[in-house]
Amino acid sequence: MKLLEYQAKEVLASLGIPIPPGVVARTPDEAAAAVEKLGPVAVKAQVPVGGRGKAGGIRLARTAEEARKAAQQIIGMDIKGFKVPLVYCEAALEIEREIYLGFTVDRDARANILMLSAKGGMEIEQVAEESPDAIARLYPNPWRGPLDFELAALVYEAGLGELARPLTAVIKKLARAIPEYDALTAEINPLVVTKGGDVIAGDAKLEIDDNAAWRHKDLEQKYGSVLEGDPYEVEAKKRGLTYVSLDGDIGIIGNGAGLCMGTLDLVQRAGGKPANFCDIGGGAKAEVVENALAVILMNPKVKGVLINVFGGITRGDEVAKGVVTARDNLKMKLPLVVRMSGTREEEGREILKQNGIEPGVSGWESAKKIVELSSPLVGKSSAKPRDSA
Amino acid sequence: MSILLDGNTKVLVQGITGREGSFHAEQMQQLGTKVVAGTSPGKGGTQHLGVPVFNTVAEAVAATGATASGIFVPAPFAADAIMEAAAAGVTLIVCITEGIPIQDMIRVKDFLRGYPQARLIGANCPGLITPGHAKIGIIPQRITSEGAVGLVSRSGTLTYEVASALTAAGMGQSTIVGIGGDPVLGLTFRDVVELFEKDLATTHLVLIGEIGGSDEEHAAELLAKGTRLKAVAFISGRTAPEGKRMGHAGAIISGNRGTAKSKEEAYRRAGVAVAETTDEIVGLLR
Repeated sequence: MKLLEYQAKEVLASLGIPIPPGVVARTPDEAAAAVEKLGPVAVKAQVPVGGRGKAGGIRLARTAEEARKAAQQIIGMDIKGFKVPLVYCEAALEIEREIYLGFTVDRDARANILMLSAKGGMEIEQVAEESPDAIARLYPNPWRGPLDFELAALVYEAGLGELARPLTAVIKKLARAIPEYDALTAEINPLVVTKGGDVIAGDAKLEIDDNAAWRHKDLEQKYGSVLEGDPYEVEAKKRGLTYVSLDGDIGIIGNGAGLCMGTLDLVQRAGGKPANFCDIGGGAKAEVVENALAVILMNPKVKGVLINVFGGITRGDEVAKGVVTARDNLKMKLPLVVRMSGTREEEGREILKQNGIEPGVSGWESAKKIVELSSPLVGKSSAKPRDSA
Repeated sequence: MSILLDGNTKVLVQGITGREGSFHAEQMQQLGTKVVAGTSPGKGGTQHLGVPVFNTVAEAVAATGATASGIFVPAPFAADAIMEAAAAGVTLIVCITEGIPIQDMIRVKDFLRGYPQARLIGANCPGLITPGHAKIGIIPQRITSEGAVGLVSRSGTLTYEVASALTAAGMGQSTIVGIGGDPVLGLTFRDVVELFEKDLATTHLVLIGEIGGSDEEHAAELLAKGTRLKAVAFISGRTAPEGKRMGHAGAIISGNRGTAKSKEEAYRRAGVAVAETTDEIVGLLR
């Protein structure tokens, strides 16, 4: 789960990291009221993606009227596919300098990594590429966290020795987000040093491991429903499915991320456009298949569905029963190709045949089949030979 | 010949009395795997599937001499199960469980540094099979056959797809290893390729990768130094939109490394043939 800035800051504040005063505004009036309370503010779009500043999602407001206008423009705006649900109005800071502080999982090292750089505030990826030495790195022990002398070394290596005391305190607190919140990424960029000498989180990004959601039910309850997001993704999440919306018209269900992605590749190669990625995972039961199909059929763009299941834990007969029940319950009329093999595949195929669904041969043949079956239904008005496009 | 596992390997199953553990332990026995014990806390002293059940891995190892373990316990307990196996002296630990928190796995990786003899496969993987002899995990034996192709894969279901195609084409497999798709895992492509390189019964190699991370690139670097194996690689997710997370595969594209393009180019530079669909693999391997 990627937290929004104000949510991430609430978490940081709970760890003892200083944050600027701010209020959440869902309406322009609330944004105007924020200025009366806090003085000049930055009105910031709350979306779980980077680059909102460039997209026009951050504006400075000195007066209530400016804040009202800014909020009017920003709330409801589309930033990289996310509709902005609300803005965060935050007291403007007197900035002396900007530092980068981040933590993430280093996949190659299979370890957590803490990073600190005196060159904060700008694109840190650019810094990493152009002058990697400007970023000091520390791999903290995952059982006990970073020790004080390790943090001091990190701060000196980053050339920030004069701020050693306040910085080590902040980094130590940030590192607590790893065990306490199952954080995968926590980033403060910029970490602001104010003219008054205070060290404050200017921005905050925090991603919590979905696999650890059972340890953090409180976070899910508090923050899980703020973002509207894609309606199909929201529904899929409610039904416990791994689902990503894409912009095509062929619904895809597969088991295992690899096979599912491979199926998207095949459909694309066959000339079709997938409407989604939906991984029903191992041990998929009839009701899971029905849930997946129900979510896919919510999307009116979908003109056909390809189910590609290869079983290990997943059993063919259960998949087949689920497909038949789902099709009947949902009164599905669209073309449906089901390709399955693996554990109990013969039983599964038999069930499909008995119910008038032809099982697909290979992944590639099935992809071609669904593209062919659904193409007469796709955008009739714009249907024309490919080479004339 | 094979890597990691053969018909003489003594295997224990952690979580043998659970639904999945029980189902797959029986499948393992049907292939001929020497399943010597199971564990299930609180059920020590009983029998299940004809083998003794113990409360702890240490007891199971002491009583049966098991050297390998298959883990089928639920995610909240899986990290502890891996560490328990390592501490008891198990040298091949195969964790099938999916959904283990990444921080748990990072702590496991750190713990395993104290047990250098323990090799971990997974988690979130289908396990491994030496066709005709033994398996630990959930790879269906029907789709495999004995032979000389080494197969290593990050994706469970694509592994089956490819094994099935190889078997249908008369190309048997020495060992099939599903390393799992999680961001923090045990053996990597590179580790498994090194093992296949040393196994003279393996003459061909198939690598099934996915977008995300740079394990494929590291394996390509090793193969570029020279290999006696005829190798074919496939990368899943070439049409995945950038920045969209594709489920538990941990398939997040970051930087230049990790993209399908980066991986395919790394393999080509190493002289490894790259298949565009899984259907092309058999042809390229001949």
